[in-house]
Amino acid sequence: MTIILIAVLFATGLGVLLAAVIGAAAKKFAVETDPRIETVTDMLPGANCGGCGYAGCADLAKAIVEGRADPSLCPVAPPEGSQRIAEYLGITTTEKEKVIAVVKCSGSCSVTVRSPYNGVGDCRSAALVAGGAKGCDFGCIGFASCARACPFDAIEMRDGLAVVHPDLCVGCGKCVETCPKNLIILAPAAVDVHVYCNSPEKGALKRKVCKTACIACRKCVKAADSEEQMTIKGFLVETNYSSPPLPDLVEKAACPTTALRLASLHAASAYEGVSK
Amino acid sequence: MADNILAITIGAILVNNFVLSKFLGICPFLGVSKKLETALGMSGAVIFVMTLASLVTSAIYKYVLSKPFTINGTTINLTFLTILVFIVVIAALVQLVEIILLKFSPPLYQALGIFLPLITTNCAVLGAAALNVQAGRGVIASTVFGTCSAIGFALALVLFASLREKLDLAKVPVPLQGTAIGLITAGILAMVFMGFSGLV
Repeated sequence: MTIILIAVLFATGLGVLLAAVIGAAAKKFAVETDPRIETVTDMLPGANCGGCGYAGCADLAKAIVEGRADPSLCPVAPPEGSQRIAEYLGITTTEKEKVIAVVKCSGSCSVTVRSPYNGVGDCRSAALVAGGAKGCDFGCIGFASCARACPFDAIEMRDGLAVVHPDLCVGCGKCVETCPKNLIILAPAAVDVHVYCNSPEKGALKRKVCKTACIACRKCVKAADSEEQMTIKGFLVETNYSSPPLPDLVEKAACPTTALRLASLHAASAYEGVSK
Repeated sequence: MADNILAITIGAILVNNFVLSKFLGICPFLGVSKKLETALGMSGAVIFVMTLASLVTSAIYKYVLSKPFTINGTTINLTFLTILVFIVVIAALVQLVEIILLKFSPPLYQALGIFLPLITTNCAVLGAAALNVQAGRGVIASTVFGTCSAIGFALALVLFASLREKLDLAKVPVPLQGTAIGLITAGILAMVFMGFSGLV
C-alpha cells in the first residue's frame, strides 16, 4: 500500500514541479508577437506558394505588418484582398496588375517531330540529353515538370504540351523557375493574344520539326491596328505587352500555322485547325 | 574511459544504428524523408533533443530513481517508474527548450520549427534513455550514447532522403509507388548497415 501511495505522490509531485517550471519559463521568456500578424495571415489566401518571395503566407504577413512588404506583393490575392489588408493596417497599397503564365509553345506530340526517349521522366533531366526528345530545341519538352511545380494545378499536360489554364493561374512564377527551356513567361492577364512559339530559328527549319511554329510571315503584324502591337525579333513575332493587340486580331490575321492564339481558347480546347 | 567512449560512438552510429538495426524512430524516418532539406532540419532537432534528454534522464535515474529509501521499515525502490518519469521529463524538456529558443534564438527556432514538438513523443528519444538505464551507463557515457545515436539516426535519415529524392524521378511500377518503394529501400539500407556488425 505504501509503495502505491509513494508512487502516486512522486508522479504527482513531478508533474506539478514540471508544470510550474514550464509555466514560469513561459511567463519569463514570453515573446511579444504582434496580434495583427495572425489576422493578416488569415486575410491572405493561405496558399503558401512562395510567389511573393517570402517563406509562406505567415512570413509575408509578418513583413507586411512590420512595413517591409506591400500587401499587393501576394500574387494569389485579388486586388480587393490586398486593399482589405491595407485598410485593416491603415496603410496604402499600390494596385498591381494581375499576371498569368504563358507557355510559349504550341508543339503538341501530334504536330512535332519527336525522337524516342526512355530516360528519367522529368524535363530538367531530358533537357540534359541532347536538349530533350523533340525536334525543336526551344519548345516544350512535355514531361510536366512545370505542371508538378504548380501549387494551383493550373497547368495541364495535353498531348505532350503544357497548357496553362488562365482562370486557375495566379502568376506565382513557380513554373517559370522550373522550365529548363525558359519557355514560360508571366504576361498581363488582360492580354489574351499570344504567339505560342519560342524558336528563334529560320522559318523553314522550324516548319520541318513543328507544324505550328511561328514563321514570321508578318500576317499578324499587318493585320494589327498598329504595327507596334506585334514586335518582330528575328524570325519570331511576339506580342508587345506594353501596347497589346485586341483579341480579334487572331481572326483578322488568320495565322497560317496557328501559332497566334488566344490564351483562353488555347486552354479551352485543343486546336484542330492545323494547316498542312 | 576513452576506449569505452569510442566504442559507444562507433557502436551507436554504425553498428547498432537506431533506425536501421534497432528499428526505433521509424515514423519520422518515413515521414520527413521526402525532401533532403526537411530531413536535415529533423536531424538537427533530434541530435539536439536526444543529447539533452539523455543527459537529464540519466542524471535523474542516477540521483533520484535508483536510490532506494526506507519509510516505516519498508524499503522503496522507485525504478519501476522509470519509463513514466522519462516520458514526462522529456516532454517537459522539449517544451522548455522550445520556449527558450523562441526567446533567445529565433533563427534556430525557425530552423528546428515544427520538428521539436514532433520529437516529444518520439520512441527514439525515449529508447535512448531506456537503453542507457539497461546498459547501466553513467551520466557522461549516457550523453555520448544519446548524441551518437542521434547522429546515427541523422545519417540514416539523410541517406534515405537522398535516395528518395532520386527515387522520385525513377520509373517505379504503379503498385510499388510512394511508401512501398520507400520501405523496400529502407530494408536494403538496413541490410547494408548489417555489414558493420561485429565492428565493435
